[in-house]
Formats: sequence, structure tokens, C-alpha cells
Amino acid sequence: MTEPRSRFDIVVVGAGPAGLAAACAAAEKGKRVAVVDDAPSPGGQIWKGEQSRLSIPQAQKWIERFRRSGATLLDRTAVIAAPEPGVLLAEHPEGAREIEWSKLIIATGARELFLPFPGWTLPGVMGPGGLQALVKGGWPIAGKRVVICGTGPLLLAVADGLKKQGATIAMIAEQAPMSRVAGFGFKTLRHPGKLVQGMGIFARLRGVPYRCGVWPVQANGGEQVNSVTLADGSNQWTEKCDLLACGFHLVPNVELPLAMGCELAGGCVRVDANQLTTVPDVYCSGEPTGIGGVDCALTEGQIAGYSAAGSDDQAAALSNERAGWHAFRLAMSNAFALREELKSLANPETTFCRCEDVAFGRVKAASGWREAKLLTRCGMGACQGRTCGAAAKFILGWGMESVRPPLLPARVGNLTRTNR
Amino acid sequence: MAERVQLRVNGKSVEVTPGTVVAAAIAMAGESKFRRSVSGMPRGPLCGMGLCMECRVTINGLSQCRSCQTLCEPGMEVLTDD
Repeated sequence: MTEPRSRFDIVVVGAGPAGLAAACAAAEKGKRVAVVDDAPSPGGQIWKGEQSRLSIPQAQKWIERFRRSGATLLDRTAVIAAPEPGVLLAEHPEGAREIEWSKLIIATGARELFLPFPGWTLPGVMGPGGLQALVKGGWPIAGKRVVICGTGPLLLAVADGLKKQGATIAMIAEQAPMSRVAGFGFKTLRHPGKLVQGMGIFARLRGVPYRCGVWPVQANGGEQVNSVTLADGSNQWTEKCDLLACGFHLVPNVELPLAMGCELAGGCVRVDANQLTTVPDVYCSGEPTGIGGVDCALTEGQIAGYSAAGSDDQAAALSNERAGWHAFRLAMSNAFALREELKSLANPETTFCRCEDVAFGRVKAASGWREAKLLTRCGMGACQGRTCGAAAKFILGWGMESVRPPLLPARVGNLTRTNR
Repeated sequence: MAERVQLRVNGKSVEVTPGTVVAAAIAMAGESKFRRSVSGMPRGPLCGMGLCMECRVTINGLSQCRSCQTLCEPGMEVLTDD
């Protein structure tokens, strides 16, 4: 049970690795800290369900440290707006919540990038991370035949997780060429933890076909997916599947930082050495500052937490560690850069905006994102362009310049703050 | 953990363990179509993290609920928009 209006020294948005690390650092310095998260339990996407499942030691360590830190978790609480300076408006199942802050740490993580191709809207086609999250939430996967495609280290981690739960992984199709993926594997030698983790996954995935330089061109099925057509540039073939997990790595969730007026650079939130954004008293850590993975998020989170709590020395002590993760981040972004072919998977009649059912041909005819929204309603539906906006950025080079509240669809009574 | 949660999906009784999300209960009930798009296409979950809005269903009479972010509760009545 939470109060309709509460106030904290430091409010952290997002209870994933970056948010938990930030909260621990700040709360251990004696600050009154709250972490706000949409989900019912802490951990974010990568550590979803770790509170009760106890399978990742690193997650256990941080969740336990968070429990003892004295920080408050405001769960099932989705931030929908920043109506006035120093105040967040959020939605909780019991009604609206106003949360006041003196310092704000944004740790909103990332989402998967989905690119349109014929059949991608069929039920049973989901993001690899999305499927993994649903399986953690009890989705029946045992005995199901799954093809995993797209790009990034997540494909392997998800294959590993699904196989453990009894799924048959028919194939992992990585769009990046083998030369780049192998180079990335070699670079992880500098990060022994990552190397051991990766080798464990490869050992457990023995017998699962892992193909590089392969990408999806069509999902097939009537009312739900039953196969996927894959291509490698010279051949096309079809793999049967009950579920197709397809995602093209991650895009940062920058809606809240944009709503706060934070400047972006290259699609990511611009921060200084203390993880401070261009807006006073607003910090940002983890994936929104660049897709760097869990270890990078933990380090950046602690830096933001110490810095927001006034412990600049402790923040500075972590800067070398962060530089190491930033090198890893750059290597990952180079290794899994998206190939040009992925820009032409959609036909003119392929659904581009899934909320408003706008075909790619109509979107492409517009001069930019704003015109596409005005003329076709592309990006104007329930997800507010989170899915198609990110695809438009890659395929058409259009940037999303601004966001408007509510940041997520909200009940009117909560927006007007009359639903208490 | 012998505890079980009983709910109904389109009138069909489903039994799940505590902590199961509504989207999973819908899949257990054998449903693949969670909603119909504005032009009538079948849709199911995509992002699994509450952002894409493709898994919206009606829960206890309240429409537009994200089934991937809602935990199953005893006696819940879930309707997919077939």
C-alpha cells in the first residue's frame, strides 16, 4: 500500500540493475530513497522473477543488498508524466500517485528493437526477451519448437533459458556476419566474467544450430505463426516453428528523459562523469545512456547513486570500472550492427504501425515522422510509437524529437489526479 | 508450493501457480489471439514487458488491461477479444 502523495530525497525510476545499484548507493549514504517500477517485483527485465527464483547469483546479491539498504520500492507504479518540477505523476492499480523528488535518477532500461517483415504481426511472433519474460511468468514452453532470430547476445541467453525450460530450439539465426561475432567473442577475453558466462551458454547449447549472417524474411501462418522463411543472402529456406522469437537488439527507453527535457546524443541520454544529464538534479544510468549490458548498468547506477547522495569521491572511484564497460559497449555495438538488407524486409503492404494498422508504403511516402503521424496515424496508437518509431529510425532515418504525456496509456482519473 | 490459483479465460477454467501472468494463463487455455487489431487482424504478445500493448485483454470487466504485466488472481475472469 502506498500513499497518494509521497516525498523522497532521491527517486529512482526503474528497478533493474542500474536502478537497484543507484538506490543501494544512495540509501546506504543515509538518503531517503524510493524506486518506482511498473512491475510487481524488483529486477527489471534482465532479472525478472529473480526475487523468488534464485537462479542468478549477481541478481540475488543486488536484490538482497537493496532489501537491506532502507530504500522503498514503489512497485506496480508506472510513471505517466512529470507535471511540475520535482514531481512525478504515476499510475498504481489503486489510483494516481504523486511522487516528489529532490534528485531524480532515471534508469528506465531498454526495449527490444522490432523490425517489420511480412507476417511479423502473427500471434506467436515475439521478441526473444519478451518470450523469455513471458516464460518466467509461466508461459507454457515445454515441448514447443522455437526459432530465435535477430541479433545480439540476448539471442543466446534466451535460447539457453528456453532450452532449460524444455523448449526445442530449432535454430538461432544471427544477422551479423560470423567474422564480427567471432571478433566480439575474442574481445570478451578482456572481461573474464563475460567469457565464462558465454562459454557456459555455448556448452549448454551444444547441438543447437547457431547460424551467423542469417535473417528472417517472412513469418508464415494463418491465425498464428507456423514457420519462418530465413535468408543468408544467397539462399532462402523455411523452418517450422510453434513460436518465432525475433528481435534486433535493444533500443534505450528515453521517453521519460525526453519528457524531462534531457538532451540526447545519438539516440541516448547525454550524461557527464557523474551520470548527470543536461537537466539539473536529473541523473541517468544504464541502457538509456547506451546499450552496455548489466555490468555497465550496475557501475553507472552506483556512480549516479553516490553522486546524487553527495559522495563524489565514491562515484569517481568507479570511473575506471565504467571505462572498461564502455569499451565492451562499443565492441558490442560494432559487432551487432544491423545489415542494410533489414531495411527492405517490409513490402509496401506490410503492416508497419501495429497499433493503427498503417502499411509501410503509406508511412514511407511521408516526408518525416511528424508528417507520417499526421497523415497516416502511424505511431499515434496505444504504444505511442514505441514499436514503429524505433523501426522508422533505423529504416527511414527519422528521429523522434519529442514525447508528450501521458508516457503510457493511463486512466483519465489518474491523469487528472482525481482518482485517489 | 502446492498453492494453486484458479481463474477463467473465455469461460474456460485454468489453474496456475502463484506468480503466473495473465498472458501465460491465456496461452495455457490454448488461445493464441489476444486481441483483434483495428482492421481485424489477430494479435498476441510481442514485447512481454508492458510497452507494445499487443496483449491487451479484458480482466474482470475492465478492458485494455496488459495481460503480460498482470498477475493471475483467484476468480479472475479474462476475456480475449476474438
